[in-house]
Amino acid sequence: MSAISMTAVPEAASDEASLAAQARARFKRHKQLVLLGQVAIFLVIVLGWEIAARTGFIDQFFFGSPWGICVRLFTWARDGTAYGSFWLQIWVTLEESLLGFAAGVSSGIFFGVLLGEVPYLAEVIGPYIKIVNALPRIVLGSIFVMWLGLGLPSKVLLAAVLVFFVVFFNAFQGVRSVDRNLISNARILGASRLQVVRHVVFPSAMTWIIASLHVALGFSIIGAIVGEFLGSQRGLGLVIATAQNTFDANGVFGAMLVIGGLALGAEWLMSKIEKRLLAWQPSNTRDSTIQGI
Amino acid sequence: MTARTDGLGGVELTNVTKRFVTPTGAAMTAIRDVNLRIEPGQFCAIVGPTGCGKSTTLTLAAGLETPSAGTVKVSGKPVEGITRGASFVFQTDALLPWKPVVDNVALGPMFKGEPKKEAMAKAMDWLQTVGLAGFEHHYPHQLSGGMRKRVSLAAALINDPSILLMDEPFSALDVQTRAIMSNELLTLWDRQRPSVIFVTHDLEEAIGLADKVVVITAGPGTVKAEFDIDLPRPRGAVQDIRFDKRFLELYQQIWAALREEVEQTYSRSAIAAKARGARA
Ligand SMILES: Nc1ncnc2c1ncn2[C@@H]1O[C@H](COP(=O)(O)OP(=O)(O)OP(=O)(O)O)[C@@H](O)[C@H]1O
Ligand SMILES: [Mg+2]
Repeated sequence: MSAISMTAVPEAASDEASLAAQARARFKRHKQLVLLGQVAIFLVIVLGWEIAARTGFIDQFFFGSPWGICVRLFTWARDGTAYGSFWLQIWVTLEESLLGFAAGVSSGIFFGVLLGEVPYLAEVIGPYIKIVNALPRIVLGSIFVMWLGLGLPSKVLLAAVLVFFVVFFNAFQGVRSVDRNLISNARILGASRLQVVRHVVFPSAMTWIIASLHVALGFSIIGAIVGEFLGSQRGLGLVIATAQNTFDANGVFGAMLVIGGLALGAEWLMSKIEKRLLAWQPSNTRDSTIQGI
Repeated sequence: MTARTDGLGGVELTNVTKRFVTPTGAAMTAIRDVNLRIEPGQFCAIVGPTGCGKSTTLTLAAGLETPSAGTVKVSGKPVEGITRGASFVFQTDALLPWKPVVDNVALGPMFKGEPKKEAMAKAMDWLQTVGLAGFEHHYPHQLSGGMRKRVSLAAALINDPSILLMDEPFSALDVQTRAIMSNELLTLWDRQRPSVIFVTHDLEEAIGLADKVVVITAGPGTVKAEFDIDLPRPRGAVQDIRFDKRFLELYQQIWAALREEVEQTYSRSAIAAKARGARA
């Protein structure tokens, strides 16, 4: 009797090992189901698009087609673009984004921590930062291109400006929300002001700063692309602008796809770095199963 | 009572008043005319109703705040800036969550400029002393509340403080853990003999631990009465001595003094609540 009920109701398994095995199996099945759903959606969209384009339901001229995009990417990769190899364009955009990201993050952290630590500065400079922040910063790109020309610096600067504000506000807020007890305790233990910043304030603000880095990374790519759009001699932004001017829908989508790939790759790297930096956190405060969208 | 060999320790508050001024300009007196003297090596417990200024008194002794009037002296010297030789144990443990336990304990020596290696070795020793050998590389959140308290104690004592300030250190612990921790605190205290100011709401804990219990009046607080606790040491667990005849006698006396103040605080807040209710 008991043997029958055991097989009929798997949850009733008595020993730990089989319980754990069951949980693992359930988890694996769940993962597979999620993957299946994702693949299904991908197929529906891509196949639907391709079929609609081929049957003339949508106009290939304006909407392109998945196959057309593949062909375009392939010819780019093989023959290059009018202004050098396709890989060079990717590299240029990547370089601009990463330099802008690095500059924006380091300056954002520096000024965020500085203003967070020195309330007087924060009160004096605060309103100005708010004003600059309220400007539509993309427009600054035009000025930067005017000032710095069509080369790399104008794009790096635009990307850095976009990144700066995101990181700055988070670093500032992070410094302001440090537990006062931790600071008092460190001071009583004999920490100098600099030691307090290094061992207490900065690591504590780090959670806030890291949270801003994902958004900042996206902004750095946007900054580089928009900068290239506004005037440049190389880069994926220029590739898109050219494709747009020649009504090459496949080209626009193809370049978009590459940018998306770059962004995803950078995002993946970011998550790895984040995990390392925040290894000390209890796992329930980190959402490990649902990755940020 | 055996004081420290270096003769340091001892806290003296003379006519100390502390006022807090809000940014809008309203002043609020936390403590007024506090006179309090704690000898080197003495264990002093402070009890009083909530909001009477117990924590404020500790921050003054630590040098985190300066008195509005009166003088605060530690080891015979007026307090200027952060008090040297003081350690603080907070109600919620002030451990850095991003540092492993051993790094947390090593903070004191490290801030004082000791080489990292020596600071770490010292921290290891202290973790052993508080019974946490084997947990050196855990993060604070991986420990139980009682274990975290031990880490806090080790981190506070590693600097060999001449005064130890404790603000309701065990109030977040369960009763059994609290009893164990009280015992260990007494053992550790006996090794280094710092002056201790121990703030608590638990009268049994206060009598069980201290040489002297100070009752503070309802806020703005001032010293209402001091009671010398003449129970012999070593005392053993609070559980064992709390039915002792002398213990009960002291308890009655101190509670009588404390009760009035608690009741006053309570009726005040009830009146304030009523006034708020009437206005609303
Ligand atoms: N930084 C501050 N600014 C303004 N008012 C303060 C400040 N710190 C304390 N106070 C006020 O001083 C009074 C005494 O506070 P304190 O924290 O010392 O009380 P306490 O005796 O420790 O109370 P509890 O038993 O609840 O911990 C309170 O009314 C509190 O509101
Ligand atoms: Mg308090």
